[in-house]
Amino acid sequence: MADTHKKDVDQISGVETTGHEWDGLKELNNPLPKWWLYLFYATIVWAVIYWVLYPSWPLVSSYTTGVLGSSQRAEALAALEEGIAGRSEFADKVVATPLEEISQDAELLRFAMANGQAAFGDNCAPCHGAGGNGFEGYPNLQDDTWIWGGTMDDIHTTLLYGIRVDNDNARFGEMPAYGRDEIFSKEEIDQVANYVASRTGLETDEGADLAAGETLYVDNCAACHGDNLEGIQELGAPSLMSANYLYGKSLDAIKAQITNPRNGVMPAWEGRLDEATIKSLTVYVHSFGGGQ
Amino acid sequence: MAQQKTGMVSLEEGGFAIFLVLLAFACLIVAGKTFDQVMAFHMSIGALLAAVSVFLIFKKYFDDGGEVIPAEVDGKPNYNFGPVKFAAIAAMFWGIAGFTVGLVIALQLAWPALNFDLPWTNFGRLRPLHTSAVIFAFGGNVLLATSMYVVQRTCRARMPGKILPWFVVLGYNAFILIAGTGYLLGATQGKEYAEPEWYADLWLTIVWVFYLLLFLGTIWRRKEPHIYVANWFYLAFIVTVAVLHITNNLTIPVSIYSTQSVIVWAGVQDAMVQWWYGHNAVGFFLTAGFLAIMYYFIPKRAERPVYSYRLSIVHFWALIFIYIWAGPHHLHYTALPQWASTLGATFSIILWMPSWGGMINGLMTLSGAWDKLRTDPVLRMMVVSVAFYGMSTFEGPLMSLRAVNSLSHYTDWTIGHVHSGALGWVGYISFGALYCLVPWLWNKKSLYSLKLVDWHFWVSTIGIVLYITAMWVSGIMQGLMWRAYDNLGFLEYSFVETVEAMHPFYIIRALGGALFVIGALIMAYNLWMTVRHGEAEEADAAPAGSLAPAE
Repeated sequence: MADTHKKDVDQISGVETTGHEWDGLKELNNPLPKWWLYLFYATIVWAVIYWVLYPSWPLVSSYTTGVLGSSQRAEALAALEEGIAGRSEFADKVVATPLEEISQDAELLRFAMANGQAAFGDNCAPCHGAGGNGFEGYPNLQDDTWIWGGTMDDIHTTLLYGIRVDNDNARFGEMPAYGRDEIFSKEEIDQVANYVASRTGLETDEGADLAAGETLYVDNCAACHGDNLEGIQELGAPSLMSANYLYGKSLDAIKAQITNPRNGVMPAWEGRLDEATIKSLTVYVHSFGGGQ
Repeated sequence: MAQQKTGMVSLEEGGFAIFLVLLAFACLIVAGKTFDQVMAFHMSIGALLAAVSVFLIFKKYFDDGGEVIPAEVDGKPNYNFGPVKFAAIAAMFWGIAGFTVGLVIALQLAWPALNFDLPWTNFGRLRPLHTSAVIFAFGGNVLLATSMYVVQRTCRARMPGKILPWFVVLGYNAFILIAGTGYLLGATQGKEYAEPEWYADLWLTIVWVFYLLLFLGTIWRRKEPHIYVANWFYLAFIVTVAVLHITNNLTIPVSIYSTQSVIVWAGVQDAMVQWWYGHNAVGFFLTAGFLAIMYYFIPKRAERPVYSYRLSIVHFWALIFIYIWAGPHHLHYTALPQWASTLGATFSIILWMPSWGGMINGLMTLSGAWDKLRTDPVLRMMVVSVAFYGMSTFEGPLMSLRAVNSLSHYTDWTIGHVHSGALGWVGYISFGALYCLVPWLWNKKSLYSLKLVDWHFWVSTIGIVLYITAMWVSGIMQGLMWRAYDNLGFLEYSFVETVEAMHPFYIIRALGGALFVIGALIMAYNLWMTVRHGEAEEADAAPAGSLAPAE
């Protein structure tokens, strides 16, 4: 067949074709572009050099390690060590200094605030908001309302052990489900909710029996929320006189919380963040303005 | 050749009918006994589709009395274009569906409330729906349509079988239906681009083996002495995708009545197999398959010979030998050993020129016909597609280097890179091929409107440019923000601050995506009008491009 091959030349380019044709399609017999071929060779040469320098080819039970002795794992560990070492001078100082005294050393405070901000952004902000302003169900850290206390030590304890989580020292306090567990009738829930609303400046239902509500409050709620609705921080029972309620400040929200309470959780950071970072976070959160 | 009447059900018809009857019963049994509602739903669909198929096989048999369709009529090949038409329509349908879901999730990233808090519409379920719909449903049907068309015409032979081609096309689309509804209902094995559960994988394996047999059967019957370059690429695509699919989906079902299964690979080996699969799905599905399209449709449309036969051979073998090594570059800085990651990166660099070989052959084929770009928007679309191919195959090796990857990995840069290849290369070469194919298949002189193709081209090109530039800026910014430290050694930005910074670019990306969807809608209208109202090709004229055979 090859002998009888007619030369078929493309008229436009003047290049010979391969002589084959499929459905009207032909192929020119152009050589490989030089630049293409040399770049191809160059990439192969580059790869071979790379293989000599770096770990690359698997062997039976090991691999070629490369003449540079590069180890990505060792490099990453070294970088980590270096980072920790760079921060250790101040970090050690933060651990050694009592919480209240950190702010007295300007340099140490600068470090604690930077550490706190970085840790807050990646660990706390998803729930408490980037500026600690909170969302419904997630406490605002900027205001004066503290459920478990707003002193340095209170904040530190909450950070370390968390709230209503699996940690031996976790803060624990649970509001009973007056509606779900049928402790109160629906009428009683309305009465006590209206009483709380009336005390905290919310509008009440028309004709609500506030006196009955007060009796119910004193008998059932005051033990935790206080005789004057001021709340008891040791029990995690929020003040009902405060401007912000965790689960919304309205008559309906109060009824909902009495009927079927939400008892939110916060993780324990002990063991997840180092002590310097937890103390830095304490200082940082305390500085939001609500700290006591 | 006179039409033969056999009167008997052929082996092929009988075989498929028995297989489908058994399948329908098996599906019914599983559907009846399972406690898994998704399984019950899918098996019911399976039983229904199998039963309808058996009915259609026998209806056809009783309608034509088991007539054997001649492979040639009056000495000319009697091409089988019915399944090709179906796949072309399915491609357009799935394309619009897939692009639209992509737009929805782009909008969800900018405004998360748009998931409406419903399980079926959350990002986690819609994202695989988008990727599978555009890659496997749109891309897959484009590949089915074009491969069945191209292999017949370049072999001058009718595809073998009466039921077989329909089984492949309809079976593949049944797989798409099962996979897509599965994602929405929450059935997934959690492997990227391989999300469908074991029973869908098994079904695809059966369909794919028949696809391979169909393709090989057509090549076997060829009337041309040589095999055209497009068919090498199609064959590489079909064979390799089979190997990839089976290896990455080796799972053991928890029970035959459960959608759940457990993968046989574990830990870093599983990750490696997954990205060997993932990378070569790009290499063999989205590259080899679509290069095959390029090798037929660009020379055909430009009416010029392929630039270099030698280049096509060298870059073909280089591409398929080297692509298969490059997967580990998806796993830099992970538990994957460093040697594997180095090897993957170096092969990705070597892959640069083999990829560009395809680009050169595509672009240089236009030498002597560059003026057509001004007048033919379809050809322009395909040429821009090849340019995007060249761009993303340059960007890819660059991103595979560890130093670059440490900045780009996990950022939107990757998304931008993927979409310059997906929207630019795969999208445009597919659009070009469909614009060529539809008038040829329905015997029309030309498209309904070249003006509309022009609109499609410009609207979606602006869309692509907005998309990829937004993702480059947002991705590089994201990477730089992640690695920024303050002078005390603490991270400068929290994750949520990077998300906030990316918000404007997410909106620009969604706008780009919307333009791409609008372009596709213009295309669908144009193709519809071509089929319905296009001027018919004169009866005695030879079908487009059917020249006298060589010699």
